Amino acid sequence: MNGFTNSRAVETTHAGVLKALMFYDVVIGLEVHCQLATRSKIFSASANSFGDEPNTNLDPTCVGLPGALPVLNDACVDLALRMGLATQCEIPHRSSFERKNYFYPDLPKGYQITQLHHPICRNGSITLSNGKSVRIDRIQLEEDAGKNVHTGNHSLCDYNRSGVGLIEIVSHPDLETPEDAADYLRKLHALAVHLGVSEGDMERGHFRADANVSLKPKGSSVLGQRTETKNVNSFRFLERAIVREIERQFQVLQSGGRVVMETRGYDPEADEGFSQRSKEEAHDYRYFPEPDLPPLFVTPERVERVRASMPELPDQRHKRYVSACGLSEKDAHWLAHTRAPAAWFDAVIARLPKGMEPRMVVSFLQSDVLRVQREAAERRGVAVEDLTEMVVSAEAALGLLAFVGDGTISLRMAKDVLDEMFTSGRAAADIVREKGLVQVSDEHTIAEVVLRVLDTHSKSVVEYFAGKEKMIAFFVGQTMKLGGGKLNPAKVNAVLLAELEKRRP
Amino acid sequence: MSSPPVSERFAPHLAQICFHSASSLASHFSSSPHSMLSYFESLMSSVEQRNPAVNALTSVQKEATLERVQRLASRGPQEGETLFGVPIILKENIQKVGFPVQCASRILEGYRGQFDATAVERLERAGAVLYATANMDEFAMGSSNENSVHGPVRNPYDLSRVSGGSSGGSAVACALGFAPVTLGSDTGGSVRQPASYCGVYGFKPSYGRVSRYGLVAYGSSLDQISPYARTAADLDIVLQVMAGEDPRDATTLREPYVSHWGRLRLDGVRVGIPRGLVSHARESGKLHPSVARALDKMEAELRAAGAKVIDVEISGIDVALPAYYLIACAEASSNLSRFDGIRFGRRAHEKNLDLAALYARSRAEGFGDEVKRRIMLGTFALSEGYAEAYYGRAQAAREALASGFKEAFQTVDVLLTPTAPTPAFELGRVEDDPTRVYFNDIFTIPANLARLCAVSVPAPLALTEFLPVGLQFCAPQGKDAWLVDLVRCLEEHSLCEMRCPPDACTVPALPNPLSAGGLV
Repeated sequence: MNGFTNSRAVETTHAGVLKALMFYDVVIGLEVHCQLATRSKIFSASANSFGDEPNTNLDPTCVGLPGALPVLNDACVDLALRMGLATQCEIPHRSSFERKNYFYPDLPKGYQITQLHHPICRNGSITLSNGKSVRIDRIQLEEDAGKNVHTGNHSLCDYNRSGVGLIEIVSHPDLETPEDAADYLRKLHALAVHLGVSEGDMERGHFRADANVSLKPKGSSVLGQRTETKNVNSFRFLERAIVREIERQFQVLQSGGRVVMETRGYDPEADEGFSQRSKEEAHDYRYFPEPDLPPLFVTPERVERVRASMPELPDQRHKRYVSACGLSEKDAHWLAHTRAPAAWFDAVIARLPKGMEPRMVVSFLQSDVLRVQREAAERRGVAVEDLTEMVVSAEAALGLLAFVGDGTISLRMAKDVLDEMFTSGRAAADIVREKGLVQVSDEHTIAEVVLRVLDTHSKSVVEYFAGKEKMIAFFVGQTMKLGGGKLNPAKVNAVLLAELEKRRP
Repeated sequence: MSSPPVSERFAPHLAQICFHSASSLASHFSSSPHSMLSYFESLMSSVEQRNPAVNALTSVQKEATLERVQRLASRGPQEGETLFGVPIILKENIQKVGFPVQCASRILEGYRGQFDATAVERLERAGAVLYATANMDEFAMGSSNENSVHGPVRNPYDLSRVSGGSSGGSAVACALGFAPVTLGSDTGGSVRQPASYCGVYGFKPSYGRVSRYGLVAYGSSLDQISPYARTAADLDIVLQVMAGEDPRDATTLREPYVSHWGRLRLDGVRVGIPRGLVSHARESGKLHPSVARALDKMEAELRAAGAKVIDVEISGIDVALPAYYLIACAEASSNLSRFDGIRFGRRAHEKNLDLAALYARSRAEGFGDEVKRRIMLGTFALSEGYAEAYYGRAQAAREALASGFKEAFQTVDVLLTPTAPTPAFELGRVEDDPTRVYFNDIFTIPANLARLCAVSVPAPLALTEFLPVGLQFCAPQGKDAWLVDLVRCLEEHSLCEMRCPPDACTVPALPNPLSAGGLV
């Protein structure tokens, strides 16, 4: 086999792929180009910025003026290391750069500086949502090309993107379905964004995938002829492009033809792949060591420094939330994959008030803090995702949750105080003190209220004993309401059940 | 022009003291800055008169120069300006804003510098006045300076002979006194060989000693900006200014150039002669008698001065030539890809060419034959299926040679060889086999491959000889300052001879007699 050791079933919902899978194994490998979110370019000092006037972020090096030389941007190295560490890669002590030679107007030097024989990271892996593991062969540092803009009968070149740092993440051909390929890309994307390695804007081409696809007769150990579909820049398009390519290759093979080595493109509008370049037209890139750049030595100290500077990864976080915080799998998964809420949560549980539990904090976060967040976003006329900070700071929330923890107020009361805090901007302690908001836990006082509720709703009590058990929620609601929201809900529940028992016919 | 008979051309101008050194000019102008302007005016007019005969310069930047000179004169010298007011000439493959950087190629017609090379920046910071650009072989490829869109450079000692190449223009300019210091670039001997042909010092620094930022690349792992000068002291000054780590060139050496001036004595210096290499050239008849004589004489004189002359063998040197041409051409094929007619330089005029044809036409029209030959050779050496057999083995040979040198330098301090097998040859010498021409570089190439420093010094000649002959001293990487000090020792013992070619620049005498050592 291809070294892929997972034994899980191959699952896909695409009919055409299912048909192909009856006769063939699908083998997919991805090469993902990820634009690095550094301020300047990888080999020169001009700005890495999107959307500026064409040809404004230039310098002698990135437009390949004669006599200019590249100098490696350390920030790019650190970001590549981040990605490597996040995907369990080995970090070789020495890596080096090569020139990849070809002519194209968007490539000003006539060669791209990249890594071939000694990439910065090797032999990593990533786990898909379905638990399958995909091996990563290498992560290599390289530079992006400029952009050709075609207008009417002539073409223009914009070199703003020329020399922007990229990492190319090359997987082993371990992927077996279009869905897995899309999931793999999503996972990589989430990691890159989470780690600050890339802005990950797909539409701006920060993240683009080349898909190598081939079919081989079921169980055969010999790989079939592959094709490479270049530059797909959306998760969905990637899945579609691979589906269409599997269908095409299946058809070719079934009709007795042979798949030919070629470079292909994918047209999302037509949902159709197309040939770009056959093997005969393939470039001979004439790789050789880049003489302008000495080898890159990465010391163990540097690796550790990068590791220490990395934010916790979603998977690690998820595990911690379940094992150390006792969150449910569902809550842990959701929270681990957020940014601001997770940071807020971590800040709160770091100083968790007595009597509070992480589970309660999540519930408060989901029902109340995020509601305030949504309202704030609405008021500012922006999407809630655009708010990078939590409106209710962890500090403010801790002030409030301290009252919940020591039993002064209930979570229900906390909701009202929170609203008040949000509208007035005052601290929780002031509001609690001013309103005399102190939770009533005294059983006699509670019992008085309960008795009044039961007396007023005697008909409902009859219904309750007739088997309508959910009336209990109604009684609790009425009691809380009559108690002005100050009654301790747990106590209310207990007293209510006791009083009802007394009236059982 | 028709050349006068040799006897007339070689009138012994030795009596005529005609040149100022950089150090003497700097100290003179520092004390009387206002003499600069008239000096430069007459220098430039003298140069313009003399240049047509030799074709050494491709431009004299009169306006910019006078402007800078005026500015320098009015503000006077500043702390550390060791080259205050010193005229310097650039090979036209070194960038200075506004100066032509045509690399003697049709494809860079009209191209001017867009930024300053680090070496240029440092020279100007030291007060130097860069005032002209020098002719060269196209993209620094050649050993005769005949491959130039500007036409060949002629040897000042015999106008029917070549100047050597590729930095021929700079060598001739230095020999004729157009400037006390001129810059060339040395990839396989391109500064040392013309220095040998024109009778001046040509110093190739260790790889990484001088920043390559701003030098149009030929063979990036071999190239070094390299000075010509007529005194050892000038070499020392100019290297102190130019050398050193550069954040814009990742291949520069960390260790600074620290002058070793005056600390060395020939007595006890261990000089190695790679006897196998020299004997082979001698026995196969490729070593010119006057070169052989100069070498023998140097050997004897060094012994007499107390140096230990030892025969050494450098393992790996036999394959240096093919390894060099593979590596240099491979790198060149890539470095010259950017000259495609798209962004700068010359584009094919034909209309309606598709992209591939536009590239092909522009490059076919823009590059000369020697450049095309090397691009094709380099492209082949890197092509799929051949890269390992050619480029890969060449790299291995290079590393083997480097360790061969390392071993040799365990027993000797410096290596002595001829710089070139012959003195300057005749212009237009037809050579059907380019590999015969490449043999010219047999002594100079190893230093580039092994990243060593090396200098060509003009040997004292017999009275019957009129063409200069250079000898090469080569030291380990990083020992540049030591090697300059060795040249000072040679000067002290009169083991090299700086002559004055016929029709050299009669630069205006400076008003005040200069201190000792100021004049050559």
